[in-house]
Amino acid sequence: MAAKKSNVAFVRETQLPELPPPSIETGLIKWMRVNLFGGISGTFLTLVSLFAIYYILSGVLPWIFNGIWDTSNVRECKKALEGASGGCFSVLRERWYQLLFGITYPPDQYWRPSIAFVLLFLALMPVLFAQIPRVLLIFSGLYPFIAFWLIWGGTIVAPLVALAGFFVAYFVYQNLVNQSFAVGAVAGLFAAIMTWWVGSFVIRFATEMNVIALEAVASRDMGGFMLNMILGVICVFLSLPLGILLALGRQSSMPIIKWICVIFIEFIRGVPLITLLFVANVVLAYFLPPGTTFDLILRVIIMITFFAAAYIAEVIRGGLAALPRGQYEAADSVGLDYAQSMRLIILPQALKISIPGIVNVAVGLFKDTTLVSVIAMFDIVGMIRGPILASTDWSGVYWELWLFAALLFFVICYGISQYSQWLERQLATDRR
Amino acid sequence: MSAPSQASFKISMLLNDTRYRGYTFQFTSLLLLFVTFSYLGSNLIRNLEEAGLNISYAFLGEPAGYDINQRLIDYTSQSTHMRATIVGVLNTLLVAFLACLSATILGVVVGVLRLSKNWLISKLMAVYVEAFRNVPVLIWIIIVFTIMTAVLPSPRAFRGEDPSASMIFDAIAFTNRGVYIPAPVFGAGSLIIIFIFLTSILAIFWYRRYATKLLYGTGKLLPVFWPSMAILFVPSFVVFFALGQPISLDYPSLTGFNFSGGWTVRGSLIALWFALAIYTGAFIAENVRAGILAISVGQTEAAASLGLRPNRVMNLVILPQALRVIIPPLISQFLNITKNSSLAIAVGYMDITGTLGGITLNQTGRAIEAILLLMLFYLLISLSISAIMNVYNKTVSLKER
Amino acid sequence: MKLLNFLGVAAAVVLGAGTVAAATLDDVQARGKLNCGVNTGLVGFAAPDANGEWDGFDVAVCRAVAAAVLNDPSAVEFISLTGKTRFPALSSGEVDMLSRNTTWTFSRDVDLKFEFVGVNYYDGQGFMVPRSLNVSSATELDGATVCIQTGTTTELNLADFFRSNNMSYDPVPIETNAEARQQYIAGSCDVYTTDASGLAATRANFENPSDHVLLPEIVSKEPLGPLVRHGDHEWGDIVRWTLNALIAAEELGITSANVNELAGGTNSPEVSRILGTEGNLGEMLGLDAEWAKRVIAAVGNYGEIFAKHLGESTPIGLERGLNAQWTEGGLLYSPPFR
Repeated sequence: MAAKKSNVAFVRETQLPELPPPSIETGLIKWMRVNLFGGISGTFLTLVSLFAIYYILSGVLPWIFNGIWDTSNVRECKKALEGASGGCFSVLRERWYQLLFGITYPPDQYWRPSIAFVLLFLALMPVLFAQIPRVLLIFSGLYPFIAFWLIWGGTIVAPLVALAGFFVAYFVYQNLVNQSFAVGAVAGLFAAIMTWWVGSFVIRFATEMNVIALEAVASRDMGGFMLNMILGVICVFLSLPLGILLALGRQSSMPIIKWICVIFIEFIRGVPLITLLFVANVVLAYFLPPGTTFDLILRVIIMITFFAAAYIAEVIRGGLAALPRGQYEAADSVGLDYAQSMRLIILPQALKISIPGIVNVAVGLFKDTTLVSVIAMFDIVGMIRGPILASTDWSGVYWELWLFAALLFFVICYGISQYSQWLERQLATDRR
Repeated sequence: MSAPSQASFKISMLLNDTRYRGYTFQFTSLLLLFVTFSYLGSNLIRNLEEAGLNISYAFLGEPAGYDINQRLIDYTSQSTHMRATIVGVLNTLLVAFLACLSATILGVVVGVLRLSKNWLISKLMAVYVEAFRNVPVLIWIIIVFTIMTAVLPSPRAFRGEDPSASMIFDAIAFTNRGVYIPAPVFGAGSLIIIFIFLTSILAIFWYRRYATKLLYGTGKLLPVFWPSMAILFVPSFVVFFALGQPISLDYPSLTGFNFSGGWTVRGSLIALWFALAIYTGAFIAENVRAGILAISVGQTEAAASLGLRPNRVMNLVILPQALRVIIPPLISQFLNITKNSSLAIAVGYMDITGTLGGITLNQTGRAIEAILLLMLFYLLISLSISAIMNVYNKTVSLKER
Repeated sequence: MKLLNFLGVAAAVVLGAGTVAAATLDDVQARGKLNCGVNTGLVGFAAPDANGEWDGFDVAVCRAVAAAVLNDPSAVEFISLTGKTRFPALSSGEVDMLSRNTTWTFSRDVDLKFEFVGVNYYDGQGFMVPRSLNVSSATELDGATVCIQTGTTTELNLADFFRSNNMSYDPVPIETNAEARQQYIAGSCDVYTTDASGLAATRANFENPSDHVLLPEIVSKEPLGPLVRHGDHEWGDIVRWTLNALIAAEELGITSANVNELAGGTNSPEVSRILGTEGNLGEMLGLDAEWAKRVIAAVGNYGEIFAKHLGESTPIGLERGLNAQWTEGGLLYSPPFR
């Protein structure tokens, strides 16, 4: 009997397969229960948001899908719509080049800024992503000169001379920096200025001979979204070194230098950009020698650069302050002088911490380039407010134009801020 | 180690010796600064001489000659430019105050909702934040202004037998010129009501302190919200009716071209206010979110383990700690609002940029003087806000161990 | 001071800035382009068309000067200026001349140190209201909301007009004409006021121009004209006599169509003098003999310019009115070419 195996098992020897959880606790339903209808207030909020989304979409979607793309003015567009809701997107088609390049850039040269725009991304790649081969940084270094030549035209000798100046400066600096950083820097600066001075004669000659020249375009012919891009890129580019200098100056132990930097930074940060643009536009001429004029766009670039530099200086100052004291002391104890310790130890770390802040300033600056429309420059906002809405053909087509402008800025600024967040995550893992 | 002797001083040490180099740099930069300034100054003097102009603030005392629609103090076209400037200053402060207030409320609500467990609402808030942060504020101002002027009905639509627009509760009219709301008219005895109302507010504070004290002392939890409401309204209402309703409302009504009576909140003010509030609100929401996330999860868990309900966890544990992180960036956002309010020029709101930096500058041609004054004003505001922030930072850092 | 002067020169060299000495003419010819300040966009007077070409009544004056000085009516750099920036731009030398419907006033001429070379359009501030308001006179506008373009003399005239008539109003200041129109159409103001010509140009752009009326009151004198800086009288003379040549050409019947024929030979001595076949007027101006011929061939005479940009056949549809020749009851009167 005992040997006989009982076919009645009192203890289960194998595990039963798991039953699926009750349908209310799984999949979509659970997800919805937790994330959408959790509690009374959650349900209420969900319903309210659903209604808001429905309300917005029911207004916007017909407007977009019913849009008219191929009429030549607003009256034809209204006629084609026959009273239905719909956007007159044909204004974007008709005025596409004006929105992007302004009114006075020569139409047969549109390819030049377009190429410069595409190259901008190629040049930024190695700067933005550390994975990309470092060799490509050479192209990034050359980009400003290429872009200048493409956008402004003229002889290729001009950007080459500018480039040569930097090379000479670097060469002189490399040879003299062993004596002292200050000697190297001053001599390098002097050498660059000499090169440019000599080069200016070469440029004058080359301009007459039209050596590999593109059609020259004056800066006041820049307009549209291109102007926003130009101002944004140039000013960020220029304000970085200036911002670093200002930040270092503000941290400096030399009281006079420190106070000059403090006053400059606090003054610029204390006033709205628009007043600085008024200065560029209306007042600056009084402070130049009688009879001198220089380009409005150049004046604006100087002012926006100052503006951005003051903000960047504050960001970098934050980075400098966040570095542990030990880094400064370690650099001193190895016997590095001020310039060396800054260049080799402090700044690389401080800048790395400051990158997200700098990117934020850059995004803000790019958005602020729209303010130039207030001083009658035809950037994209100026183009829309001025020539396009003032024309008989397109008066009253606000939404299409403003939403288009908003979209352009959104794409770029959102892209940059996503990059900044990604970078922040990268840097955060580095530090662990 | 003996100090190097003074006798061995050489000129080259000015550049090479760290003891003297600092002085060389400072002296050089001071000299450069001086040269730059005197150069600019001499240019200015020469330019002014050549053009036969001078720097003078006498124009501030002359009659302005133009009218301003939005004004908080008395002003006519015969008032001086100085008074026009003051009107502008007050308008700047008004819109900045309104925008700061609404941006803060909006930002806190959105920042908290963005962390909500409700997927839909948190995504919706994320969309709001990203959409508004990444588009220039100037474009938002113009878009809101376009909504104000192109979408809302004009006062004409309220006219006639069968008007296409009507007033809400016969009291508030939304028009494309602005919003007309009833204004209170204070009759005899209204001072008593105001006094009682103010006393009620004090009483609420007293009650709340009493409730807290009782809670800490005996652990007895008194209800706070409903009694507060009762204290706030009941006495005032009783007195209001007892005195025979001395405060009445002046309703706006359509007369002639416009609504008259009541208060007018202008379209340009609303556009600027709303645009600044929703734009800056998106930034504040991010600050609030970052501030809340900065409080470690342990705090929430500790609070929950004490048996606090989620609302109380937020109000009593998280927010008070998060505020320390939130307030410094919040104040710099207030600063941004004040500076961005200078974009009023795009919608014709007569802030200081519109009066002093706009029409006064145009009419008198005193560009240097007007812009200098304008910058000084903004600088003054910024510096005072920074000063407040520094004081706040000091008090906060004192509490830290 | 010497050091400062030296630095000034050094800075000028470094900045690569050209110096605008007294001789604007030389600068313009050396540059090969005329820098002309115009409105940011007012249809009929100065506005870029769909191809980005500037076009309009004020623009034609710029082109005329360019034709006289540079032999090429297209050699103009148009610099759009707002009400705020126009005077600093001219006094700092950013533009060589301003042709931006600018009112000739005492203080601008004397205090701001400019030289108005003449009047190319006699204007006055008027009011436009929707027909549906049933307003027939500006004196019925008590309590109205008024849209004004800022940065002009308009807001001062307006304040004076309402004050002297003991009326109240609600001013809405607006930066550009386009936005003013947007607001007016939307009904956020009852009245739009600016120069009568500007009103006509604006009304022409409406979907139904006949729904809007221009009120009969003209509340100010607005003589609009081109202006240059004080101090360079040779340049001022060139702009002044280019404008006069346009006006005289209409009076004498010279048109862009017949100018070549008349230059071949005519028995009117004044026509011959203008067209340079007789006398040496061009030389006196520092130009060549055919300057005025080029001007007229390029842009036509005053009447042609008016008809092309503002006249009754255009959507703007302005009558000549005060801007007719003196022989026809207007105010246009060119001094003799002699």
